[in-house]
Amino acid sequence: MIEVENLSKHFGKVRAVDGISFEVKEGENLILLGTSGCGKTTTLKMINRLIEPTKGKIIVNGKNVTEQQPEELRRSMGYVLQNTGLFPHYTVAENIAIVPQLLKWDKKRIADRTIELMDKLHLDHKYLNVFPEQLSGGQQQRVGLARALMADPPVLLMDEPFGALDPVTRFNIRKEFIELDELKRKTIIMVTHDVQEAFELGDRICLMDNGKIMQAGTPAELLFKPSGSFVRGFLKEQRLQLEFKAVKLNDIWDLLPSIKTRSSKEAIHCNCTVWETLEIITSGKENAVAATNPVNGETKTITFTQLMSTFYQYQNSEAV
Amino acid sequence: MNEGQQTLLDFMRQESGKLASQTLTHIGLTFISLLIAIAIGLPLGILIAHKRKLSGGVLGIAGVFQTIPSIALLGFLIPVLGIGAKPAIFALLLYALLPIIRNTYTGITGVDATIKEAARGMGMSYSQILFKVELPLAMPVILAGIRTATVINVGVATLASLIAAGGLGEFIFGGISLNNTNMILAGAIPAALLAIVFDFLLSKVQNINFKKVRTGIKVMPVVLLVLACFYFIPSAYAGKLIAGFTPEFMGRRDGDLGLRDKYRLKIHTVVISDAVMYKAAYEKHLDVISGYSTDGRLRAFGLVVLQDDKNIFPPYYAAPIVSAEALKKFPQLESTLDILAGKIDDSTMTSLNYKVDYLHQSPQKVAMDFLVAKGLYKEPRNGNGGTVRIGSKIFGEQYILAEMYAMLIKGYTDYDVSTKTGLGGTQICFGALKNNQIDVYPEYTGTGLLVMLQVKPQMLDSLVLDKDKVYNYVRQEFKTKYDIQWLKPIGFNNTYALMMRRSEAKNLNIKTISDLKRYLEKK
Ligand SMILES: Nc1ncnc2c1ncn2[C@@H]1O[C@H](COP(=O)(O)OP(=O)(O)OP(=O)(O)O)[C@@H](O)[C@H]1O
Ligand SMILES: [Mg+2]
Repeated sequence: MIEVENLSKHFGKVRAVDGISFEVKEGENLILLGTSGCGKTTTLKMINRLIEPTKGKIIVNGKNVTEQQPEELRRSMGYVLQNTGLFPHYTVAENIAIVPQLLKWDKKRIADRTIELMDKLHLDHKYLNVFPEQLSGGQQQRVGLARALMADPPVLLMDEPFGALDPVTRFNIRKEFIELDELKRKTIIMVTHDVQEAFELGDRICLMDNGKIMQAGTPAELLFKPSGSFVRGFLKEQRLQLEFKAVKLNDIWDLLPSIKTRSSKEAIHCNCTVWETLEIITSGKENAVAATNPVNGETKTITFTQLMSTFYQYQNSEAV
Repeated sequence: MNEGQQTLLDFMRQESGKLASQTLTHIGLTFISLLIAIAIGLPLGILIAHKRKLSGGVLGIAGVFQTIPSIALLGFLIPVLGIGAKPAIFALLLYALLPIIRNTYTGITGVDATIKEAARGMGMSYSQILFKVELPLAMPVILAGIRTATVINVGVATLASLIAAGGLGEFIFGGISLNNTNMILAGAIPAALLAIVFDFLLSKVQNINFKKVRTGIKVMPVVLLVLACFYFIPSAYAGKLIAGFTPEFMGRRDGDLGLRDKYRLKIHTVVISDAVMYKAAYEKHLDVISGYSTDGRLRAFGLVVLQDDKNIFPPYYAAPIVSAEALKKFPQLESTLDILAGKIDDSTMTSLNYKVDYLHQSPQKVAMDFLVAKGLYKEPRNGNGGTVRIGSKIFGEQYILAEMYAMLIKGYTDYDVSTKTGLGGTQICFGALKNNQIDVYPEYTGTGLLVMLQVKPQMLDSLVLDKDKVYNYVRQEFKTKYDIQWLKPIGFNNTYALMMRRSEAKNLNIKTISDLKRYLEKK
């Protein structure tokens, strides 16, 4: 869906982005992760041509972006800014309707879609005719997301969408975000410097430093097969929690004791992470949870101790 | 106080026609120039907000315009744009430009960069960003600039009256030169009210919220246009010849009022400042002007005085006036000052003034050359019989006369001389003489009659026909009232006069004011 080849951007002597290449498949969620100033934003803005590259090629949907009208290109990509960038002189409804207005949708269609998104993003309708300054940070962020999703673009670019929020709000919105059906179908490139966030949301992660990609891969790959000391060092803190988040039931399915039970309605899917499973187990009364694997039709009941010992077993086998 | 207010209201009621037309003209001038300034300043401000490299230069130039003193600017514009509305609007426009350009620039550059980036990121085009994001968000700042420009323009527009563009300045400057407080207030109060009202209205516009601004923007040009149209309502007329009179002349009995009363002269008249009037006549923007009969500019600009065949202008014969005390203290003073009596006629004084005002010779040199040519000059004796203090008002003719008297006293007596030139206007000079700060200065009979003695109109009518009557009257009155002596007149009569270009007067065969009236009435 999106291919980036040998992309560079120099600001005078500063090599903000220095010859990076990566690929994002359709429906995939790619995270650009790295410390401040490593070139994440610059990379993102080159994709929708807010910044023109010094060198390199970007292909979206088989077409080189430089061959398209920048305005049309941008209208086909949702863009969420770090500081929301809502228009202070537009109401919430008008803010959400910016791109459809540009695409000349009719009024009814805009109104219907606005309501649909307000509902999905848990925004009360009473906010429709309110100006952004009257909203809380979390609400503004939702409106920013609604604006980007409004025209249902196949590609979504997000620059630290949760960056400005307090940890609790951040956690809640991130959860809603994962569950939002609109997002499941989209090809997403998201920038963050928060490792936990990257691991929760990313199908794959590009870890950047100093304008270069240090390693690109799934969260598990980064954790268990780091390309070098930088990657290892970067993921050192809260490593255990990251591993819980990187490993899915799927990965350890065969190692789980096969206590077969009758399939339960409450059974969880096997692509849940260990972290999520632990959360479910500890929040319930049962001290156990049922999980199903649709590939072979198996359902297993997992207890807390079983899950932990299986995870350690897996961890040892993966560590090199 | 109460009485004063009453008369101001009376004055305003009496002159309500003029007041209304001046106010409309004032509003019109302000808003035409404002409209043009917006039409130029807004795009320019937008341009430099996007091409920052240009901003320094453009703001610099607009800033320079603002620092040019208004009168000077009007003066520069006359050779190019003539007199009347055009140069006035142009000058106002230049003054309004800076606040509009600067605020547009600051407004747009002040729009949050993330918001602009969001707009670009949504896929808005350059013009969509400008009209939907930058301008609406910059609007309060831009409106503040327009508001500043409006207030500046209401103020500066009073000066438009100096170059025949009308407005409330006609009353203000007329009142100042006539020392008529009611007249000043009749112009100044409405001007101040206009500034306050427009400022208030624009502050309302500025403070309405973002949503209404969007419709407000569309309404604004219409309102401005309507206000601008006021200018054309009072000024729809034309005539054969155009007269330009100073604000002072307009309000005087021995001025425009007398011309209407006694001559029944009907001429299309504009009000204009003394500083530019002569030049405007020379450049054919005006045909008839009011002026002083010995002004050096008469010669510089090739003008002739029309004869005052019905004697409406009182004689202004110049003569030294001396305190009785000084005459006693310096016995030889009177005879020495009288040496000049009858020696300088109108045309001689005009050319002496011409040398000082136009050829920029020093008054001292001009005085000396004259005395030498007349064989009156004597080397100073450097005696020590006390010091005579000579004063003068603040213009060339008085400087020359003061110098001449100084030379004569030094040459013919043993007295020393100190000169106190440039004592401002009549009041200051006369005050200095009364308070024994000076001993002598040249004064004019007409001034004595009208300014110091303030004779009643009936009295005036019986006197003005005869220059000797006037002289004798002031001489007598000054003696009894102030113990001040009028010595013998120098000869010339520096009076008010109507003047025309020499060539035009000749072509139209106009020699007197009555000739002018006949010509104007001819179909
Ligand atoms: N317009 C610019 N002109 C000059 N240098 C720039 C410009 N934009 C970015 N840079 C530099 O390029 C480098 C990368 O910037 P970028 O904004 O991409 O970093 P980032 O990874 O997004 O950082 P952060 O997490 O702090 O947002 C930085 O060193 C920055 O100073
Ligand atoms: Mg960034």
